[in-house]
Amino acid sequence: MKGKFGLSLLMALCLGLCGGLGVVYAGEGVEGSAKADRLDACVAPTAFMRRNHFELIEHQRHITVHEGIRKTDNSLAGCIDCHVRRDAQGSPVPVNAPGEFCAACHEYAGASLDCFTCHATKPTGN
Amino acid sequence: MSQPTDQPSNTGRREFLAGATGVAAATVVAPGVFLQSVANAAPRDTAVSSDVRYGMLIDTSKCADGCNDCVTACDKENGLDMLVKPEGADDELWDMQRPRWIRTVKLRNNLTGHVSTLPMMCQHCEHPPCVDVCPTGASFRRADGIVMVDRHTCIGCRYCMMACPYNARSFIHEAVQFKLTATPRGKGCVESCNLCVQRRDNGGTTTACQDACKQGAIVFGDLKDPNSAVSQAMSKYPTVQIRADLKLNTGVRYTDV
Ligand code: HEC
Ligand code: HEC
Ligand code: HEC
Repeated sequence: MKGKFGLSLLMALCLGLCGGLGVVYAGEGVEGSAKADRLDACVAPTAFMRRNHFELIEHQRHITVHEGIRKTDNSLAGCIDCHVRRDAQGSPVPVNAPGEFCAACHEYAGASLDCFTCHATKPTGN
Repeated sequence: MSQPTDQPSNTGRREFLAGATGVAAATVVAPGVFLQSVANAAPRDTAVSSDVRYGMLIDTSKCADGCNDCVTACDKENGLDMLVKPEGADDELWDMQRPRWIRTVKLRNNLTGHVSTLPMMCQHCEHPPCVDVCPTGASFRRADGIVMVDRHTCIGCRYCMMACPYNARSFIHEAVQFKLTATPRGKGCVESCNLCVQRRDNGGTTTACQDACKQGAIVFGDLKDPNSAVSQAMSKYPTVQIRADLKLNTGVRYTDV
């Protein structure tokens, strides 16, 4: 508990330093309900993810679609599966809904993506 | 025109270990902090290669008139059944334009009057006209013979739909509300049968249409592997390629047409 708190503090500090992003995930999803909330790290170091996650995903998208490589930590489906939060009833809340993990930061940073016009925004089971 | 590449050859063929289970792993970055790894069933970790050419053999004599099982299964597998008719849209137009990866088609021999019913889908040509005409490279043929659309580069021009002799491609005309994680889709792109590419890449051995066919009319497999069920069947029965005159060397073959 204490370790986690220390880490969050560090993360908040790092956010401020790295990109001037002070993001609060204040959507409909319940705090702590994402798989990611119960883990200490992402698929790459947090500071790297913050700056480079789109490069990881876009690289992944090419090798998955053209080369059929599916054994990976960087699939878009994987990001969503781990980062999606649940509402009070336990149903997943779309990652691109206002205030949710992907959207909160993109809104803040003014990044707009079209990925979710096609890609599911919460796990569908297959 | 180059040599057909679907002759059985077993050189350098990788044995694919279906059923192997992925193991969750973690890498240490700092004491007590582990980077996460995502476990998956039996996903590919190497690029697909041309040692394999996927294809199908369809025995039309087993295809019952009126049966739609393969189409229904395909719709379900690929989330096509989740598409809804836009409000106020014309029924006939919707029926004509709704995306379908398989259609059931009746072929009539004008000389004899003999009619055969068959499922028609992307024929996974070795020389695909859709790929030839695509201005962005979105329409492509994967090393293992699967012809598909990279929808990240598709601009929706629909040249490929015009070029396809089999009428096998669909266009997404409206924004898509419901979709599966496995089959993303959105307005403005072309799509077609991709031989259940997710199953291919995750160690599966069948297609959804094949699984659904109670008559066993569809055999899927590697045309280059002489021991595969599809190659074995093709060596036993006379088979045809539809519109063989176009010399596209299709990966989907039929008997009893
Ligand atoms: C027009 C529809 C469409 C749009 C828009 C789209 N994708 Fe995709 N994407 C697809 C399809 C179709 C696939 C292939 C699905 C498969 O076989 O897994 C795919 C697969 C992927 C994959 C590999 C599968 C996975 O889950 O990792 C990644 C990564 C990906 N897309 C990333 C993106 C990103 C990032 C964006 C936005 C910049 C985006 N896509 C926008 C349709 C789309
Ligand atoms: C297995 C779970 C898991 C997966 C899969 C995963 N993440 Fe993470 N991610 C986490 C955790 C846990 C953290 C918080 C790390 C920390 O506390 O330092 C995190 C942090 C992040 C951050 C930094 C957040 C911040 O507040 O600065 C970004 C950005 C991110 N992830 C994006 C992604 C993307 C994009 C993907 C897909 C390529 C992905 N993640 C896949 C678990 C995951
Ligand atoms: C820490 C803040 C942050 C978080 C959290 C975050 N992003 Fe981003 N993302 C950004 C920023 C900033 C950009 C714009 C980068 C640029 O334009 O150079 C971006 C861009 C992207 C792009 C590229 C868009 C394009 O069209 O090129 C993708 C794809 C993406 N993010 C996916 C995700 C996904 C999926 C998640 C949730 C799992 C996520 N991001 C979470 C900050 C974040």
